[in-house]
Amino acid sequence: MFVYTIRRLIQTIPVIIGVTLVVFLMMHLIPGDPAQIMAGERADEVQVEQMRDRLGLNDPYYVQYASFISNAVQGDLGNSVRSGRAVSSEIGARFWVTVELAFYSTLLSIFIGLIAGIVSATRRNSLLDMFIMIFALFGLSMPNFWLGLMLIQYFALRIDWLPVSGWGSPEQLLLPVITLGTAGAAIIARMTRSSMLEVIHQDYIRTARAKGVPERYVIYKHALRNALIPVVTVVGLQFGVLLGGAVLTETVFAINGLGRFVVEAIRMRDFPIVQGSVLVLAMLFVFVNFLVDLSYRVLNKRIELD
Amino acid sequence: MPETTVNVSTQNTKRINPQLENFKTMWRKLKTNRVAMAGGILILFFILVSFIGPLLTSLDPNSPDVSSRLQSPSSEHWFGTDNHGRDIFTRIIHGMSITLYIGFSSVAIGMVVGVFIGIMAGYYGKRTDAILMRIMDVFLAFPGILLALGIVAVLGGSINNVIIAIAIFSIPVFARIVRGSTLSVKKLEYIDAVRALGASDARIIFRHILPNILSPIIVQATLRVATAVLTASGLSFLGLGAQPPTPEWGAMLAAGRNYMWEYPHIALFPGLAIVAVVLAFNLFGDGVRDALDPKIKS
Repeated sequence: MFVYTIRRLIQTIPVIIGVTLVVFLMMHLIPGDPAQIMAGERADEVQVEQMRDRLGLNDPYYVQYASFISNAVQGDLGNSVRSGRAVSSEIGARFWVTVELAFYSTLLSIFIGLIAGIVSATRRNSLLDMFIMIFALFGLSMPNFWLGLMLIQYFALRIDWLPVSGWGSPEQLLLPVITLGTAGAAIIARMTRSSMLEVIHQDYIRTARAKGVPERYVIYKHALRNALIPVVTVVGLQFGVLLGGAVLTETVFAINGLGRFVVEAIRMRDFPIVQGSVLVLAMLFVFVNFLVDLSYRVLNKRIELD
Repeated sequence: MPETTVNVSTQNTKRINPQLENFKTMWRKLKTNRVAMAGGILILFFILVSFIGPLLTSLDPNSPDVSSRLQSPSSEHWFGTDNHGRDIFTRIIHGMSITLYIGFSSVAIGMVVGVFIGIMAGYYGKRTDAILMRIMDVFLAFPGILLALGIVAVLGGSINNVIIAIAIFSIPVFARIVRGSTLSVKKLEYIDAVRALGASDARIIFRHILPNILSPIIVQATLRVATAVLTASGLSFLGLGAQPPTPEWGAMLAAGRNYMWEYPHIALFPGLAIVAVVLAFNLFGDGVRDALDPKIKS
């Protein structure tokens, strides 16, 4: 396991380098002159030149990249070209909001997805199964920002149970977490169902039943444990999708997180902020994938030992 | 695992086109799958609407009509009117072609590039594989919509840039799947036989590998259109895609947001339109997967 962890850790290095390279290049791939764009259309030549200097655009590419990396490692992601504040502290103030939102939404989608998936698989082709699967298909096909708007419309305005926007109190969490978690729940439900069905038809499950192991025990101890392995991968991927989806959810609920921050920065053409936020979110996702791979390995190992 | 129909012997003797045979087998299986058929018919219907719909609507989707602002659904305005007095039903019908255009073209571009990269990686292996797939890993490291968002941030918001963004966002997904399928087809004995007969790499790839990995590509492409439509509407909702007054559904939701508290129909119908289209592609994709995946048949 230790060797595997190290090997997996080494594998992430080229990905991390690649991600930093892509994020670095963002600024240089802007059609036209990035300094002009960020200084604003009405900026005169002196201002554009100042901006170019501030962004270090006069240096050769490799120097720019090297300083981008060495600064980033030290936690310096540059300054906002609008407010002048340090990007890292701006991100720090919002980072946990987005992580919390994605985390709670993942929890919700695992909870609902697993239960729905197991119920569906164990009552295959029943009315309940059909109902759950149709529901899941809708959950999968709904844009989360629209779901958010509809939830606000009903629960916050029509019946006035929950707050329209914001983040912090438990009541404020509920609607955004449902908004963001629904698609994930649908995906996990479908994955759990098909994975359970595949496992249930395998020989060792038949053997367990033949031995007289109680059905409940067969399902939860034997089938579910093995069925969970592909589900774990989906959960990891889902967390990434949710991090991305947070951009939309935060916009709908006016939550002051990293997602909404990026969108505002894009509108303001504040590229240091866009670069910094994208970099942080991608790094977080790389880290989560790393953890998922480890847990996947742990689950697999146990089965080998069985 | 892709389905593998081996056509080597028939190829030279009976002049049977292997690609065509593959499609025929696929079609036979598809026809019996009700879910796939339901999704397929819905998709055809939406395509039809996108072409014929705008001809049948008498109202202009974009010109404002202040006298009929914010009307609730009625026999005159089926889905009501928006804050500029434009008929929402008309706008949704006109938006259909935009949605399908973005969905199809972005997935087509992403598919062609992704399939090419995946086949190269799987077929040539070794260093080519390592380099290409590490690059794909980098793209996959950007969570969800974020890669598309970043690309649009760089290129600027417009329908064509959204297509480019979503195409790039789809490339690694196709590349990964195609690489895996190529690897398993490459191992088949008949590929060795064809090679021994002196077939060139290009011939092996296009005549023998590609037709055999079509099933997973088709399944993925269908499901990917659903994702593309969701992503595109999301980008437009954020103001980074189609710009007003374009009747794109995400942009319509964004524009109607400030009025939806009092006039819920403004946000209801464009959203339902998105759900309908995405649902159709998900249904079709699910059905096609069940029909073409040999593993599920048992």
